[in-house]
Amino acid sequence: MYDLIIFFVLMSLGYGFGRIAEKRHYKSIIERETDLNRIPAIVLRFPPPSTKPQQTVLVMGSVVISIDYFKRVAAKLRGLVGGRMKSYETLLDRARREAVLRMKEQADGMGAKMVFNIKMETASISKGRKGNIGSIEVLAYGTAIIPATMPMSVTSQSLA
Amino acid sequence: MLLTNLEIVPGRAVSQHLGLVQGNSVRAKHVGRDIMASLKNIFGGELRGYTELLQESREEAVARMIEQAEAAGANAVLNIRFSTSSVTQGAAELYAYGTAVILD
Repeated sequence: MYDLIIFFVLMSLGYGFGRIAEKRHYKSIIERETDLNRIPAIVLRFPPPSTKPQQTVLVMGSVVISIDYFKRVAAKLRGLVGGRMKSYETLLDRARREAVLRMKEQADGMGAKMVFNIKMETASISKGRKGNIGSIEVLAYGTAIIPATMPMSVTSQSLA
Repeated sequence: MLLTNLEIVPGRAVSQHLGLVQGNSVRAKHVGRDIMASLKNIFGGELRGYTELLQESREEAVARMIEQAEAAGANAVLNIRFSTSSVTQGAAELYAYGTAVILD
């Protein structure tokens, strides 16, 4: 009996807080995405040739996000009948977008104008008792291309 | 040391390839963070402690890779890749590798 009460309390806590957290997270993701649109993240291996001197720096962003209790139960039920697991879809979507945003923020701090050769890496960090995925880590990394400042341009001209 | 995950460096030529350099780091989380994480597993959301932990260990893996590249006499590492694998329950291995080169 107590187990059942605890289960329902956890379910409702997970549902309530999880919903609020997700809504808030998506709001901040969309806000920052529109702000950071000026730095395109490009999934090409080679940057376009340029006559101007440029500096390249490796940038990365990572995030670990956990799924809430309600969604985990919902996903388990979904596992019985099959089909789209929407709760995991939004989890992974949030994590990826957050990781890319953090990478862009790092690039922005260095004054980069674009980020090249984006690679993504996903790993499940903790597994629950029955082997269900609890939290995932997403890493996004790429090379920021920064227009060189004066001293850098002098050295590269002298090299050329 | 110039680090990049591109295969070339714009405006500079590679004069010598020195081969693969790599660095890894295996970290376990501590109990305090584990308790916080299990709470977060109910409410959902970001696990800040884990994010920091993994970031730190990734930096360490990169630092080890740089050490190796320096020992080989390189001044840049190109085409860097990262990979994560869970070794045992509660521990993760972070691995970074790339090609050490000498740039003109």
